[in-house]
Amino acid sequence: MNTNAATVLPTLAVEHLTTRFASRAGVVTAVDDVSFSVAPGEVLGLVGESGSGKSMTAYSLLGLIEPPGEIVAGSIRLKGRELRGLPERDWRTIRGNRIAMIFQDPMMTLNPVLRIDTQMVEAIHAHRRVSRQAALEAARSALGRVGIAAPDERLRAYPHQLSGGMRQRVAIAIALLNAPDLIIADEPTTALDVSIQAQILFEMQTLCRESGTALIWITHDLAVVAGLADRVGVMYAGRIVEHGSVHQVLEQAAHPYTRGLLDSTPAAALAPAEHGKGRRLQQIPGMPPSLADLPAGCAFRLRCTRASSACEQLPALQSPAPGHEVRCFHPLPQAPR
Amino acid sequence: MTSDKAAPLLELRAVSKQFGEQPGRIERVAESLGWHTPARPVQALDAVNLAIAAGEVVGLVGESGCGKSTLGRIAVGLAAASAGERRWRGIAIDRLPPAERRHHQLGIQMIFQDPYASLNPRMRVRELIAEAPRVHGLVGRGAEADFVAARLQQVGLDPALAERFPHQFSGGQRARIGIARALAVNPAFLVCDEAVAALDVSIQAQVLNLFSHLREQLGLTYLFISHDLGVVRHLSDRVVIMYLGRVVESAPVDELFAHPNHPYTQALLAEAPTLKVERKRFLAIRGELPSPLDPPRGCHFHPRCPHAIARCRVEMPLLREIAPHHQSACHLNAG
Repeated sequence: MNTNAATVLPTLAVEHLTTRFASRAGVVTAVDDVSFSVAPGEVLGLVGESGSGKSMTAYSLLGLIEPPGEIVAGSIRLKGRELRGLPERDWRTIRGNRIAMIFQDPMMTLNPVLRIDTQMVEAIHAHRRVSRQAALEAARSALGRVGIAAPDERLRAYPHQLSGGMRQRVAIAIALLNAPDLIIADEPTTALDVSIQAQILFEMQTLCRESGTALIWITHDLAVVAGLADRVGVMYAGRIVEHGSVHQVLEQAAHPYTRGLLDSTPAAALAPAEHGKGRRLQQIPGMPPSLADLPAGCAFRLRCTRASSACEQLPALQSPAPGHEVRCFHPLPQAPR
Repeated sequence: MTSDKAAPLLELRAVSKQFGEQPGRIERVAESLGWHTPARPVQALDAVNLAIAAGEVVGLVGESGCGKSTLGRIAVGLAAASAGERRWRGIAIDRLPPAERRHHQLGIQMIFQDPYASLNPRMRVRELIAEAPRVHGLVGRGAEADFVAARLQQVGLDPALAERFPHQFSGGQRARIGIARALAVNPAFLVCDEAVAALDVSIQAQVLNLFSHLREQLGLTYLFISHDLGVVRHLSDRVVIMYLGRVVESAPVDELFAHPNHPYTQALLAEAPTLKVERKRFLAIRGELPSPLDPPRGCHFHPRCPHAIARCRVEMPLLREIAPHHQSACHLNAG
């Protein structure tokens, strides 16, 4: 898929992004020196537990950080254009148009008192001057593309008349309306049933492949990423601690935290070879640290079995293989393959 | 009270549950005048049988709206069945006089999904844990502090935290408080309704291990309700799959994962996300869960089933033994 990613201009290039919040407990660095890029048609999975900064990274990319929060460093380039520091007027031409967002709860997107057609036409008219007929036609085709069987009927419905899975499909269709360059999806299938989640994952994958839309999929679930993403970034306490192709991160995990997450995922038990009932799950001791009170150096070191005194300094990114980066002094050895 | 040794610890016999059944007088008048259309009853459970032996862990799996939570609430006695019977250690517990029923009922406790909503925010942890045993006369005033400390230690919390309020704890710690509260009345049987669904992966693993540990230590029996096949496989001895108010398959855990029989079970297993990196061909289950207000005739699963035959559209399949301890409700097994 991404054979010569280096030669293609990435859809989104993020470098050294740092977002801070001033709080009563002191200054909190929610996103700390985060860099990544997404190529056209590529799916990046951004994985982390609650408080790891994955949602704040998304809000930073959309210019949605408001005081007391602030992006204090770094750059966000969409197809080469710098977005950081853009005035609000310009942001309005980008949000929902060049970059679209899908939230975990589709009711964050949908207005409960407006019919679906009203909302979809409005989303088009916010960015393009087309006739209502043309807008309706675009809405109908977007609903068709996300697998909604009777688009005309659904267009005339109110959100409460739709099931949860259907609402999320409508929210995805709205994100697709203006053919964005980039879609950011924040846990959009977490609240859905397995069969509906599988359908939506499949549809998103196909849509990105076909339209060349780049996709950032934020989730806490490594198993979702395994079937969907091309590349994966694992976040911990505001930093990306490991980054690489989905094969590298899931099959050759180098960071002890990634390894811990993989081992504590019960879905691993679904792989027959590793299954053994009554076996204890490997667990990561302790709990995620408070961002207001991070240990110096590597934020994971207090929960890490491999930590040494060296870890009191912040480890730099090192590369165990081309395209695979890990922020650790003691990465796990790579199994030969 | 003597109890039958061979009887399962908890048994639900042909339990059904309808919601929105009896219209009141005003509704009936309004309906006769055409001002009000009667609400159709929802058949949340349709003659479900479930027997759980002492020491067994049964995983109950299904998608939202399949009735698994309703079944859990009936098992624990929080909801009354519209039809059918609940038997505890061989006794029809719901027909006992109230005092006796309460005595037996203590053996069945529930752990709720949301550790944020199921703890009273105005009560200290000490009060949360000590309230039920105090009301039931299980622990004297003087022994309360020691009792709470022991319960907190049992679930891996520092007894020094007993004077805190729920909001001062993380999600994982709150889940542990909920478990300590359920264990405070020395139950034999726990119904866990999505008890780890709200937790982060690393914390979820810790709480699952706690469940395994407590089971070994206290000889507990669990009904573990979850939509997550990975969690269920990890913990259960036997798995029961539900679809739209009916049990469609039941088997020992290894048998079910190795030889799923019902097409719905097969599809669920195929679609559960695993850590294997591969481009999946999703779409094994077409369409969405039908509304329980208007379930399809015959086999509820037939509109989404790739193998449906004419018989599936008219006749409801019954649960039949297809292998030792393995039951499935599918017409395809007949021919």
